[in-house]
Order: sequence, then structure tokens, then C-alpha cells
Amino acid sequence: MINLITRNIIRMIFLVFFQVVILNNIQLGGYINPYFYVLFILLLPFETPKWLLLISAFVLGLSVDMFSDTIGLHAAASVFMAYCRPGVLKIVSSRQEYEPGIQPIIRDLGFKWFFSYSLILVSVHHVILFYLEIFGFSEFFHTLLRIAPSIIFTMLLLILSQYVMYRHKK
Amino acid sequence: MKFFFLFLWRQHFFFLFLILEVISFILIVQNNHYQRSGFINSTNKFSGNILATFNNISQYFSLKDANRRISEENARLLSESKKFYMKTDDHVFYYNDTLYRQQYEFISAKVINNSTNKRNNYITLNKGSRHGITKDMGVITSTGIVGIVKEVSSDFSSVISVLHKDMKISAKMKKNGHIGTVIWKGGYYRYGELIDIPTHVKPTLGDTIITSGYSSMFPEGVMIGTISDYKIEKSDNFYSIIIKFSTDFNSISYAYVVRNIMKSELDKLNKNLPDD
Repeated sequence: MINLITRNIIRMIFLVFFQVVILNNIQLGGYINPYFYVLFILLLPFETPKWLLLISAFVLGLSVDMFSDTIGLHAAASVFMAYCRPGVLKIVSSRQEYEPGIQPIIRDLGFKWFFSYSLILVSVHHVILFYLEIFGFSEFFHTLLRIAPSIIFTMLLLILSQYVMYRHKK
Repeated sequence: MKFFFLFLWRQHFFFLFLILEVISFILIVQNNHYQRSGFINSTNKFSGNILATFNNISQYFSLKDANRRISEENARLLSESKKFYMKTDDHVFYYNDTLYRQQYEFISAKVINNSTNKRNNYITLNKGSRHGITKDMGVITSTGIVGIVKEVSSDFSSVISVLHKDMKISAKMKKNGHIGTVIWKGGYYRYGELIDIPTHVKPTLGDTIITSGYSSMFPEGVMIGTISDYKIEKSDNFYSIIIKFSTDFNSISYAYVVRNIMKSELDKLNKNLPDD
């Protein structure tokens, strides 16, 4: 149990640093910015208490905010994403039950499951994030055009990371 | 009462969600409207130092470019130095010149954090109030304007980039002196828009846009960009002019903070004017 908690804390610290030091400096075409740090919320164990889910998402978002001068922005998007997670888990059913020991990763639940699970949550996160950033709907379609490539890029990184991290334990 | 708490406990997931979102919104709104964000931004000691450390590493990759630009600027400044001018008439030029008084000072600072890909972009500089930087000072580079100081701590300052929703810069066309406003509507970071130019003016492609000097933040004549496209919207009395920024915001490594020595005098004067 302790092992699980420390592993998640280390993962959070690593993802925040990876986001602010490397990914925030990636500027493809001036449009695309992947927000890979949401992987932390995706990978939290199924048996995480719901309140801890929200609190840890809030801390995660606020830490990213601290480094990007967007105070509250990532926190709001992350908390919203965490709030949606239990509902999405219900919708995206799989053949296996969510037993203790099973992790929300491709190796345990399959590509199709992980893809739809993360796509829904990443989209929710990005939509909230981008519209909150401009604080309104005044540039609705233009913002929509900025969201789509970022979602694709984030998804690519998420899936890639799955195969890199869990490849040898088949 | 007991049922109330029971209800709260049963719905704790939803209420906690609500509380956290409200906190986030308060933080966002505060940051937007009052332009102050307490200590949780990149000017605080902890994150400022971390960003500075990583910048120390990454700056080596752009060292060559930065050196070239600095030496170019040195050369230009050197050529403007009085030493290299020949005195044409000793009767006209006095050593103690009362015609000119220095109005602007420049504080050089290093960029330690920067972005161009968001709708609202900010830049962090490695100098703060200890070095004489205060809020609302303009920031420029040798190639053009960069932004306005929004927040200062003792060692760092955070700058609203030109690439920001709330940024409006008073600009003029160098050729004929018509005054407009430069804004950025998002999208590609090399292009902005010049608005409020009436339709009787004839812009040409490649015309230079400079700061007007009407605001006390920037001196007059700092380069903003060049016209790259223009059109008249139907039923509109103004041009919408696309300009290409002269500064490549993605590769700024050093910047100058502009200190207007006469700002307090100007502000005092303007304060006495009636609002309309």
C-alpha cells in the first residue's frame, strides 16, 4: 500500500517536471501543446477513494499552474477531469471486472479500452482548459481548431508511453 | 441537522468537486482582473529558481544566436556614439546640452521562461524589484517590443507578452503617422493585427509599424512589425491590417526593461484631467 502511494507521488512529480520543463517548450506550428501530465489522473488505481482523486488532481493542476503563470486554469481542468473519471469508467466497460490489482493500462485492459477511456477524459480536460483560458466563447471555432490537434498529440504521447513503460511485462 | 450531515457525506464527492472548482475559479478571476496572483506564480522564489536553473542549461543551445544579436547591437550603438561623430560647428554644440534630458533608462534582463503557443502568453525575467523594475514597465529587445511587466518579486518579474488577449499597444504607421492599436487574436505567433486605421489612409505592404509613444511605457519609435496584408471589411470604416512582428517571440533570450524617468510627472499631470 505504501509502495503504491509513493509510486504515485513520484509519478506526479515526474509528470509535472516533464510537462513544465520539456512539453511546455514544444511549440509545433504555434498551435499544438500536449498536456501529457493528465496521465497521472488516468493511471490512479481503481480503488482510489473519490475524495483523494479530486484532491490529488487539484494538487497536480496547481503545480503545473505554478510554473506556467496560469494560476487556477490547469487546476480547474484537472479537477473536472477527475470528477468525470468514475462516470467514464462505468461507461467504458470491459470484459474483465475492475478487480483489485488490475491497473488502468493497456497491458491489463487492452488497447481499445484504454483508447476510449483516455480519449474521453483527455477531450474533457482540453475543452475545459482551452475555453477557460480565453474565458468565454468569443473565439469559439478558432479555439476548437486549437483543441483538436492538442488532443491528438496528447493521445499519441499517452499511448506511446504505455508501450514504452509496460513493454517487457507481457 | 443529522440528516443534513448525512446528506453531505453521501454526496461528498460532488461537494468536494464544487469546492475545488470554486477555488480554481476564484484564482483565475483574481489573476485576470486584478492582475495580481499572490505568491503562486512563476515569480516566486521556488519555481523562479527552478526555471532559472533549467534556463541556464537550455541557454547554451541558443548562445550563438544571442551572441550574434548582442554584437550586432553593440556595433549599432557604437556607431551612434558621440565619439565617432565629427563636430561640424563648435559654436552650436555645447558639452552640457540643456536641450536634451534623458527620459528612458534600460535595464537588461535574461528571459528564463517564455511561451508562444497559448492564447495568453507570459514571459519571466531574471530581474525584479531589487534591480529597479516595477509594475507596468515596458519590455523591448533589440528587434522590437516584447510586453509589459505585470508582476515583480525581489529577484524575478513576470511580463505579459504581446501575445496576450488583454494586450493593446498604441502604434503608428511610420510613414504617415496614423495612430492605431496592435492586438493579437491568437493563432500563429509571428502575426498580429493593427486595427483602428481609417480607410482613407493608404497602407502599403512592408510599411513599418512603430510604437506611438502615447503611453508612458514605451518610448516613441520602437519597432513593432511590418504590414504583410490588409483588407477592408464590408460595411466597416477601418482597415484590418495583418502585421508581421519584428520580434521572434520564440527566440528571445535577453530583453530590456524600459524605465520612464518622467513617468511620475506624466501620471500626475494626467490624473488631473477629467474623465469622460
